[in-house]
Amino acid sequence: MYAYSEFDESFVRNRVAQFRSQVARRIDGSLTEDEFKPLRLMNGLYLQLHAYMLRIAVPYGTLNSRQMNQLAYIADKWDKGYGHFTTRQNIQFNWPKLRDVPEILEALADVEMHAIQTSGNCIRNVTADHFAGAAADEIEDPRPTAELLRQWSTDHPEFQFLPRKFKIAITGSPNDRAVTKAHDIGLRMVRNEAGEPGYEVIVGGGLGRTPMVGKVMREFLPKADLLPYMEAILRVYNLNGRRDNKYKARIKILVHETGTDEIRALIEEAFIEQKKFFQAPPAELVEGLEAAFAPPVFDNTQSLAFEKEQSENAAFRSFVETNVAEHKNPAYGIVSVSLKPVGGTPGDATSDQMRVLADLALKYGHDELRVSHEQNIILPHVRKADIPAVYAALKEAGLATANIGLLSDIIACPGMDYCALATARSIPVAQEIAVRFDELKLEREIGPLKIKISGCINACGHHHVGHIGILGLDKAGVENYQITLGGDGTETATIGERTGPGFAAEDLVPAIEAIIQAYLEVRDSDDETFLQVYRRLGAAPFKAAIYKDEANARAA
Amino acid sequence: MARKFVPQIITANDLFEGDVIYLKADGTWSREIAKAHIANSPEQVETMLDIANGQPGSIVGAYAMQIEINEDGTPAPNHFREEFRTRGPSNYFHGKQADIKQTGA
Repeated sequence: MYAYSEFDESFVRNRVAQFRSQVARRIDGSLTEDEFKPLRLMNGLYLQLHAYMLRIAVPYGTLNSRQMNQLAYIADKWDKGYGHFTTRQNIQFNWPKLRDVPEILEALADVEMHAIQTSGNCIRNVTADHFAGAAADEIEDPRPTAELLRQWSTDHPEFQFLPRKFKIAITGSPNDRAVTKAHDIGLRMVRNEAGEPGYEVIVGGGLGRTPMVGKVMREFLPKADLLPYMEAILRVYNLNGRRDNKYKARIKILVHETGTDEIRALIEEAFIEQKKFFQAPPAELVEGLEAAFAPPVFDNTQSLAFEKEQSENAAFRSFVETNVAEHKNPAYGIVSVSLKPVGGTPGDATSDQMRVLADLALKYGHDELRVSHEQNIILPHVRKADIPAVYAALKEAGLATANIGLLSDIIACPGMDYCALATARSIPVAQEIAVRFDELKLEREIGPLKIKISGCINACGHHHVGHIGILGLDKAGVENYQITLGGDGTETATIGERTGPGFAAEDLVPAIEAIIQAYLEVRDSDDETFLQVYRRLGAAPFKAAIYKDEANARAA
Repeated sequence: MARKFVPQIITANDLFEGDVIYLKADGTWSREIAKAHIANSPEQVETMLDIANGQPGSIVGAYAMQIEINEDGTPAPNHFREEFRTRGPSNYFHGKQADIKQTGA
């Protein structure tokens, strides 16, 4: 893992000291709220519906056990004993007190963590494939690049006041687990015909009010050109992005309004200019970053414990089926720990659970943990022979829910239970859907299905790219939920389409049930997934199922 | 024709705790909506907002919210967002619903 340099350490400590003084000045009245608000937001501190919320960066979703233990400590000492992992691979605490926040930031700095650039119109935490460095399908670990981008973007003097926030995601695998096409910039690590490593650069994707799939700006960017090219994109955006209308300020709108070819030309022009100022990163920096993310020394000792446990324990077999993914080392597996127990809050972990995860990472997982954008925790390197022991410990801690990639592995934003921007609640919707389908015992039969729920148009819950997306709105003073179908956040990214009029909260779960029932009726075989059926038949069978009464009314 | 005036109360968040608070008749704040002072005219709303905004050292983001009036004369929220603010989140028994003691604040 990357370890802070002296520069990183002193930068983070200085920011803590500055914020400590800013909080003191807000409390003694030297700073007004208008003056203080941008300062607290620069340090990840929001004021939400019922309390403050502190958003902590987990760069490219990577944590070690010491950091996870510290998050547990913070949760116990200054919050309510739990944390919420987010769709941007961050963690949020929902109940910090203003006076305690400098102490929390100090405790984070002790383990090389911070809350910088988790808010505001700057380059936010760079996200990455949560299977980075472990996935069997990976071309190259994206994290050295992600760390390079973190260093480049942190406190970048020119890009602290962009027209709007800016999100970068990177994957090193052809199977896109990082939703790169729905980011301001998405990077896919590829190789050219000569076999040289580089990036496919995708620009102008995004969800929110105006969802768009990103456009390929460069099919192949040599590795050495990354920073000047990023600088070029950001400069073009910073100068040309709209500042007159918050809702049209993201780079996706600039790309859309200007045209892909036109923007590409502007970026290439700026790139030529920037290349004069950027030398390729020095070899020792690149090598240092690559060494920091070098694969652990794998233990290839043969053992039949994994196979034996699968043949003897049906629950374990079922866990392996959904929660263990193929590792590039055949003696290993990638274990996804679901933070979606039936009826629970998607993405929440108690401090005890965090400590269990930290212990397991230390004992069985080469001290590595990942936060996924799907709000789960990953143990990326577990020897197959150790997976039975890991499973047993997870089960003990209420963390062995075997539902990764299935219906109840729901993404949900905090919604109006916490968020000041929300127009409706998300969490209870996720809970009700999971509970209902647990009663029906249909989840395994339904197979791969991604339900994603947002409590407002800003789409933190990624509803546009859910196979089934749910958007909560305030319709004349009542919570109302729109459904979209056919969304996809992978390399075949697609924005889901709205079915039609929304549903009152009490009618929503029955509508989801009707959609699933329709799917089960029309699928060709058990292997045809929901998304495949949608692509084959479109929305018609699902609309017919959920607007049945209206169709009958029209016919009458 | 002027729209009919709807009674209002003043709400904000506490600077230190972040908790939802309501302006009382004496210009101090309560954590409970039942203790909020009701403004019965636009002028009263203005006056109360001035009182609230005169306390930047302890509160954040004061605004007037429309209410309904209970049979006992206490104010009640007329929108689900404000109703949630009187209580706390629905997934855990945290926030106001857990914090408010019988004696009130």
